[in-house]
Amino acid sequence: MWETVVTASRVIDPEEAIAVIRSGDTVMVGGFGLVGAPLALIDALVEHSDASELTIVSNNIGEPGRGLGKLLRQGRIRRGISSYFTSNPEAVAAVNAGQIEATLVPQGTFAEAIRAGGAGIGGFYTPVGAGTQLAEGKEERVIDGVRHVLEEPIRADVALVYAARADTLGNLWYRRTARNFNPLMATAASVTIAEAGEIVPVGALEPESVVTPHLYVDHLVQRP
Amino acid sequence: MTADVRARIAERAARELRPGEIVNLGIGIPNLIPGFLGAGSKVVLHTENGLLGVGPRPGEGELDPDLIDAAKQPVTALPGASYFDSAESFAMIRGGHVDVAVLGALEVSGRGDIANWAVPGRDVLGVGGAMDLVVGARRVIVTMTATSSRGEPKVVADCSYPLTASGAADVVVTELAVFRLRDGELHLTELLDGAVLDDVAAVTTAPFVVSLEETHAS
Repeated sequence: MWETVVTASRVIDPEEAIAVIRSGDTVMVGGFGLVGAPLALIDALVEHSDASELTIVSNNIGEPGRGLGKLLRQGRIRRGISSYFTSNPEAVAAVNAGQIEATLVPQGTFAEAIRAGGAGIGGFYTPVGAGTQLAEGKEERVIDGVRHVLEEPIRADVALVYAARADTLGNLWYRRTARNFNPLMATAASVTIAEAGEIVPVGALEPESVVTPHLYVDHLVQRP
Repeated sequence: MTADVRARIAERAARELRPGEIVNLGIGIPNLIPGFLGAGSKVVLHTENGLLGVGPRPGEGELDPDLIDAAKQPVTALPGASYFDSAESFAMIRGGHVDVAVLGALEVSGRGDIANWAVPGRDVLGVGGAMDLVVGARRVIVTMTATSSRGEPKVVADCSYPLTASGAADVVVTELAVFRLRDGELHLTELLDGAVLDDVAAVTTAPFVVSLEETHAS
């Protein structure tokens, strides 16, 4: 007989979870603005970690003093990869002052590059951005008569994601538009830490409703 | 620019949308369009942060912190709605499954080039989904005032601002006129709100063909 359920829980404390983040790491952080952002994990990173020189992969760098905006104020971000820095004027100011390096990516390319990173795809051609400033220096190819740009995958050392509900194995379910980049980022890092609004016993999630299967998730943290 | 002018542009653009179409609305004037969609419009709104079937703004007590549109404003979801991740959302856009994108612009050229994401000399740090939308949507409707706040023409021979995409616009709606791109050529198809040809010519540096063909009572 197979043991049908792994019983070991992946639930740990936030401080313990973020201890895996080292200086110089690339860290993916889910959320569209603050919606769906793993705010408790970000707070733990802000309060209980010294890791600096971080590369942050996130659609936005939080808002002033909120979410990743706190980490920015600590001067611990060296580089941002994002589609919209503009939602945090302090991030824009930090880029203009040369304090952080910014890589701006069209949002769909950003999402697909993370998906590719998690799926073992070495890159993809997209028509988006061809002939614009954001495609300068990128390899091009004409496919079906249309200019395409080669985009490389994005991966990270650690991903911090938020899900409304998880079981103790790490199966994740997202709520409404708080899903956004979270399921993609969960697949694309060496270590994935999920923050969950609610943690339920194994078997309590309908298998069909699981959006992120537990094999992507290394650690689970309860949102306070 | 007065709120009234913006509303009139939105109202005219709303009439470009056909029943059953999947439509993505950008920030600014396009966001006013839902106010002009009648009950029979049957348009389905897509927002790139992961919702098909966007409903009206929530009333008091209906606010859900997990439910926003791409402008990060609270919305509701209509019966039949679905949620999906950002990669799938942009696959819908790039894959041609979204019928119409309506968006604002800084400039549109006579060839349909669109510049709407960056002003040189200012911070060039936010592009969002603009490039994906103008490349991917089957029809691209640009809504913008005919001139900038400094009075400079916005329908121009060549864009001076960084491009969002080349040859991407299909329709341009300003407070004065409706233009349509046909085989890479700009056609003036409608004069709005009593504007005459000279009014349009005075603020349009792009060459255009006059092909007046339709009038809508408003």
